[in-house]
This record gives sequence, C-alpha cells and structure tokens, in this order.
Amino acid sequence: MYTKDGEKYFIVDSHMHYWSAGPDNWVKGAEHYAKGWIECFHAYQGLGPAETHWPIEKFMSYTEDDLMKDVFEDGYVDVAVFQPTYLKEWYAEGFNTTERNAALGEKHPGKFIANTRFDPRDGDEGLKELQRNVERYRSKGVKLYTAEWNNGSRGYKLSDPGCYRYLERAQELGIRNIHVHKGPTIWPLDKDAFDVSDVDHAATDFPELNFIVEHVGLPRIEDFCFMATQEPNVYAGLSVVIGGLMHARPKFFAKVMGELLFWVGEDKMTFGSDYGIWEPKWQVEGFVDWQMPDDDDLSDYPRLDTAGKKKILGLNAAKLYDIQVPAEFLVPAQAGQPAAKDDAQLVSGS
Amino acid sequence: MSAALSDVAGAALAALATVRDPELDKPVTDLGFVASCAVSGGRATVRLRLPTYFCAPNFAYLMVADAYDAVAGVPGVESAEVILEDHFAADAINEGVAAQAGFVQSFDGEAVAELGDLRAQFLRKAVMAGTDQVCRPLINAGATPEELVVLTLGAVPASPAMSRLKQRRAELGLPAGDDAPLLVDPAAGAPVPAAQVPLHLRKARVTRAGIEANTSICSGLFRARYGGGWTV
Repeated sequence: MYTKDGEKYFIVDSHMHYWSAGPDNWVKGAEHYAKGWIECFHAYQGLGPAETHWPIEKFMSYTEDDLMKDVFEDGYVDVAVFQPTYLKEWYAEGFNTTERNAALGEKHPGKFIANTRFDPRDGDEGLKELQRNVERYRSKGVKLYTAEWNNGSRGYKLSDPGCYRYLERAQELGIRNIHVHKGPTIWPLDKDAFDVSDVDHAATDFPELNFIVEHVGLPRIEDFCFMATQEPNVYAGLSVVIGGLMHARPKFFAKVMGELLFWVGEDKMTFGSDYGIWEPKWQVEGFVDWQMPDDDDLSDYPRLDTAGKKKILGLNAAKLYDIQVPAEFLVPAQAGQPAAKDDAQLVSGS
Repeated sequence: MSAALSDVAGAALAALATVRDPELDKPVTDLGFVASCAVSGGRATVRLRLPTYFCAPNFAYLMVADAYDAVAGVPGVESAEVILEDHFAADAINEGVAAQAGFVQSFDGEAVAELGDLRAQFLRKAVMAGTDQVCRPLINAGATPEELVVLTLGAVPASPAMSRLKQRRAELGLPAGDDAPLLVDPAAGAPVPAAQVPLHLRKARVTRAGIEANTSICSGLFRARYGGGWTV
C-alpha cells in the first residue's frame, strides 16, 4: 500500500522474480551464456537511480530477506506475481523456477501469486508438468519466454500448432493470464525475433485468455500498439517501461506513456517492477508523482489522473488475478479514460 | 608515409560512418559501436561492440557485414577484417563475414533466408519515424492533415530530418524527388489517401517513439557495459 496526498494506492507487482544466477548455478560449458545473461540484466539496473544499484555479486544471488524488504517492507507492494524463467540450458537448477518461487511464497501466505510456465517444445511430458504445477501451486497465469533455447531450438512462436495445444490445455486447467516475453533469438534467425504478430493470432483464437505483453513489446512498441488496439484481451505490461525509462529518459518515458495511453488505454496497462532488476520503491513513488510534461510535442496525448494511476499500479492486475481489494482503494467504475474507440476502429479498418 | 597511412585510416572511419544500426537508424560511429579502426600495410582491422551480449544476431550480422563492405571499398585498403567482440554469436558472425558466406550459411540450419527483407522492414520503420520528425514541427505550428496531404517533399523547408527522410525513401526505392508526396505508404510508395492521414501520422509518431525508446535503453546498456556512449 502506498499513500500520497491522502490518496491510497493498492499495489500489485505483476512481474517480478526470485532468481539464482551465481556461478554455483552455471551449467558447465555454458558459463559464458549464464554470465552474459545476468550481466545484461545487471546493465538494465543501471537505468534506475544510482542509489538503487547493486554490486553484481548481490544481483546474481539476492536473498529472501532482500526480496521481502525491497518489495514489501520498503516497496509498498501488497501482492506480487512471480514470473518464472527457466533457462535450464544455462542455469543448472533453472534461473527462476516455479518451485523456487513457490517455496518462498509458501512461507509468506497472501503475499505472492505463483505463476508457472510452459515450453511447447517439451511435448507430452511438458503438458503433464504444466498440469502438476497448476494443481500444486494453483497458478492462474503462465510466463512464456519465447526466445528460450531448448535442445538446439532457438525459440518458438505462440502461433505454432504445438503452442496452441499447450494454450488449449492451459485454458482447460484454469489458466487465464498469459504473460509473454520476447527475446533476441528465435527460429528462423533471419526474421525479427521481437515480432509480436504471433501474439495477435493467439489472442484472436483464444478470446477467453488474457495476453499481457511484458515490456510492452519493447523493442517493438509500435507493432504492439497496433495489435493491442485491435485485441480486447491484450494488455501492456509496463515492466522495463517504468524501470528503464522513467528515471533515465523522462522525455521518452512521457512519449511512450502517451502512446500507450492513446493506443492501449489505462484499463489495460499493468505495473511490474521486474524485481530484482529494479526495486519497486522508486518506481511506485515516481509513477504516482509523474505527470505528462508541458511540451508541444506531448500536448495532444491523453492525461493520466489519480484514478488511472491506481488502476495501473494495482487495480487492473487485481482484476486479472481475482485479488480482493479493500473498498478504500477502489475507484469509481467510470473514472479515467479508456483508449479512444474511434482510433481503434480506424486501425482495424486500415 | 605516416600521413598517407592515417589518411587511409581516416577514410576507413569515414566509410564506417555510412554503416547504420538498422533498428536504431543511426550510424555505428555515432553509437560508439566502433571500438577501433586501424589500417596497417593495406590491411584494415575494425573492432565492433554492441550494447549487450545478446543483441539480436541478425542485426549484428548486418552491421558486421556492412562494416566489412564499407571498409573493403576504401582506396588503399587491400584486405579487411571486422571483429565483433563480446557477443554470444561472435564466432559465427565473424567467420561468416570473413568468408563472405552469407547469413544462411553462417547460421547453418538456423536461418532460411538472407537479411534483405529484414533490412527493408526496418527501413520502412525509419521512413515512418522520419515522417514524424519532418511533420511534427509542422503540426505543432498548426498544419492540418488536409494541408499535409497535398505537400510535396520539395515544399517542405530543408532540414537534416528532411534529407534523412529522402535518403531512406530512395534506399527503399520509394518516390524521393521534390515532386513526390510528403506522405506515402512505406510499403508500396503510394500517396496516403486523405482519409487515412490522421492514422498514418499516428503510426509515424508511435514508430518514432518506439525507436527513440529503444535507442534510450540501448544507450544506457552500452554505457553500463563500456562507459561513455551517446545521448539521444
């Protein structure tokens, strides 16, 4: 919970991690990948305020105590959603598995939602594992990292027939939220790996699932925006947008927020700190204080008011995950501005 | 003699300034990607470095191959070597470019086509972003869609953004002369119909915002990795 100027914000951190990325967990022969991955993440932390930077040693192996303090005690978060990423070709025990997350979550009832994941290249065995995880951890969401390496494969698309089989099974098992994270490698390598058109296909074919595109499709915000404006079940996950731009590049943060508010709308944007990349404290404080700057280039973007910030920081994700939010945090049903419908129709007609 | 050598090295560096990051649409020299460029005894050696270890291999390949072509074409350069450093696919890329093997052969089994379509796809994004760069000051000054749709390239005051837009359009084979319309569909080159202008301008604007956001993040990652870097 965060309070500012008499306004109370219920905070759902819809995209965060508890990873183990130290040398003790690196796969023999793949050390350079494991090291390269965590160093790349660490560089992202450099985009936040200097006083929140960690040394690489802590960054690789932060502890349960670090997480509980940074996220809940100092970071104002009421409920946090674990998003696992396995990367078992590089990290022996996995980078950030469902089991590791859930083990922490079980010690702190009510604080965490344990999402799981699947990889359609894992065949029948993967389907069974998905079922076990959903039943054991009561997962309502999955995180899909489509650029994960798997037995010589460099990635998959949501529109692959093998993935549709998994999406169908996930839906039968009660999964509702599909968090999609794009990465830099996929097959074939001559195509743009960050292309989001596969999400468009899946969102059309699975209208009862919600697709939360993490990092708003960065580095393909424009493709994401065109897609999201046409698909009612596509959401913008703001991890990296707030963490990577709000402090480091405020003018470009304002532009990206303006575009998202225009194309996607404040009802379909969700806050995620991407912890341990960035601590939530400065992100929540800064976002509540943020206003669209007074600038000719930004003058016709939609504005974001207090009600809109409450939705983005927690209420939207609370709806996706059936989190009961006390009445004092809620906003009137009609508050805020949805994305312009006329413009969405313009796009779909083009 | 040393003056002549440094002239060749200077020409090689100038040639590298024509090589762009296809995603960010900026010269690799401005981005800090050229770690070093030296010419000795007619042999040019260029070292390139990127913001992250996992930057997309297709774009990395294009930059290395373009750098090779640019430097190899400089008078006085008899042979060239371009070395991508600190990248997960550096070996495949460096060896592939050195052997002039092409992308498909360099990434055996992992790619099905060369990178011309990918390059054109990102040039079209550059044209859209450039359209916003040219139109935004006009819109801020009060220009309406009805006024913009009848403008030709020659009717817009000269500016660096304008010459960049013309150049990108010419590279794609789109109309780029003074009599060509300012607003064209970047895929087909056809003039944008009046009714579609507001949406076209919105798309141009979000495309520019996307490229700027990427550039911001890449510059921060580059600085974390190597110090220095650039600003946008």
